[in-house]
Amino acid sequence: MSETLHVLAVDDEEGMRLGVQRVLRNYAVPLPEFELQVAFDVELAASGEEAIERLGAKTYDLVLLDHKMPGLSGLDVLAWLHEREQREKDPLPSPLTIMVTAYASLETAVEAIKRGAFDFIAKPFTPAEMRSTVSKAATHLMAQRQARKLAEEKRRLRFEFISVLAHELKAPLNSIDGYLQIVKGKTAGDDPEAYERIIDRCIVRLDGMRKLIYDLLDLTRIESGSKRRDLVSLDLVALTRNSIETVLPDAQSRGIEIELSGPETLEYTADQSEIEILLNNLISNAVKYNRDDGHVWVRWAQSPQGYRIEVQDTGIGMSEAESARLFKEFVRIKNRKTTGILGSGLGLSTVKKLVELYGGQVGLESTPDVGSTFFIDLPLGSAADQDSAN
Amino acid sequence: MSTKGKTILLVDDDVDFVEQQELQLSAMGFDVVKAYSVAEAETLLESVKPDLALLDLMMEFNDGGFVLAYRIRKRYPGTPVIIATNVANETGLEFNAQTNEERSWIKADVMLAKPIRFEQLKREIDRLLGA
Repeated sequence: MSETLHVLAVDDEEGMRLGVQRVLRNYAVPLPEFELQVAFDVELAASGEEAIERLGAKTYDLVLLDHKMPGLSGLDVLAWLHEREQREKDPLPSPLTIMVTAYASLETAVEAIKRGAFDFIAKPFTPAEMRSTVSKAATHLMAQRQARKLAEEKRRLRFEFISVLAHELKAPLNSIDGYLQIVKGKTAGDDPEAYERIIDRCIVRLDGMRKLIYDLLDLTRIESGSKRRDLVSLDLVALTRNSIETVLPDAQSRGIEIELSGPETLEYTADQSEIEILLNNLISNAVKYNRDDGHVWVRWAQSPQGYRIEVQDTGIGMSEAESARLFKEFVRIKNRKTTGILGSGLGLSTVKKLVELYGGQVGLESTPDVGSTFFIDLPLGSAADQDSAN
Repeated sequence: MSTKGKTILLVDDDVDFVEQQELQLSAMGFDVVKAYSVAEAETLLESVKPDLALLDLMMEFNDGGFVLAYRIRKRYPGTPVIIATNVANETGLEFNAQTNEERSWIKADVMLAKPIRFEQLKREIDRLLGA
């Protein structure tokens, strides 16, 4: 990719102006870190007054500004740019300024930098010196732009997240509201069973909403880094047994068997609540998305790099395209098979973020209507490293 | 109006919307057949001829309700179709089926905005089934 920077060269000596133009005309700065080549389009101004006129009419990226000119000096032009930023509510973005001083006067240079110039160059300069100074400025400009783009992208993602979240919170409210209207108008007839169903569905939707809020709290705690991580030595297998206990009532009511295999105990340094979130998500998903009378296999194993847990189910499974989207926020695979299953769409994206905190990996293999196997790799010794980096 | 033996096809990807309308329509005496997607509804239509259809607009694809309405009319000409949608809320687009011109491309007799009031739905059903 290439980018052209708009340069204004301000000097009362015509020879200097044309010199700058000549030096930059066929010059391109390669910036491999931005995968970019920067070229320059140079315009000229013969006085401080003309410079101000041009700067008022158009946005320049870079100004090469002679200090000593009859009439308004380079420092006056700098002062004008500074005032404009203060004065106008929505000013044109100020260019980066390189001050050109007639002789290497440190005083002028210092004054210029104080007043907001980016750099300075002393006259007379060689073409190589000019190029080197300009290339430094170009790098700075591009880094600035990239930072701005990243900030913008982050802002956009946050808005998108909030808008989806609002929608996800509104949906259960609408449903519950709809049911309450039926109860109020008694429009479901006289059959008490109908009203039982209404209550059940309201409870399911409320549970779903509560789960969304809890998952959201987990996620924001992890993302903000505000949750203190308490890294201690834990037994992964014991925690897995606890997690299985929690889902057992649900599993048994649907005839689903859960089987745990692997070592009797596995010691690992981690934050207990984080590991619980990981295990609970994988194991409860394996039950939730299973068929009635299905099976869940939970396996721990040791590898040279660390520990791996696999959670295999005999559930609805998913296509490759579906599994590719699965770890993103609010992605719930929506089809006939999942309509009756409540989920916040945040669980697996939280799992992924957490596993990354440990320098680990999460993934899956799945076949529609046969089942899915999720795995998490937890490398040894990385949680502590990550924590000290925070 | 006698609702006995009259079948209403109910299609929406919102399980609770389907449940709510089913509860109320059954209480009125209708037979209700339901589907949660356009594809599922099309399969149902091979064996069921509804007397009236109540459809959501945005399902697995954005204009799923329109597409389904068109297919219902093609298969069973003259079947009354009501489309219930919150598309205006979600996209700012507005569809009406109030003029003949609109009804000629939107193969629906009535467009209702969600949340729908059951009184209004009942009135439209009564009217369309010629009570």
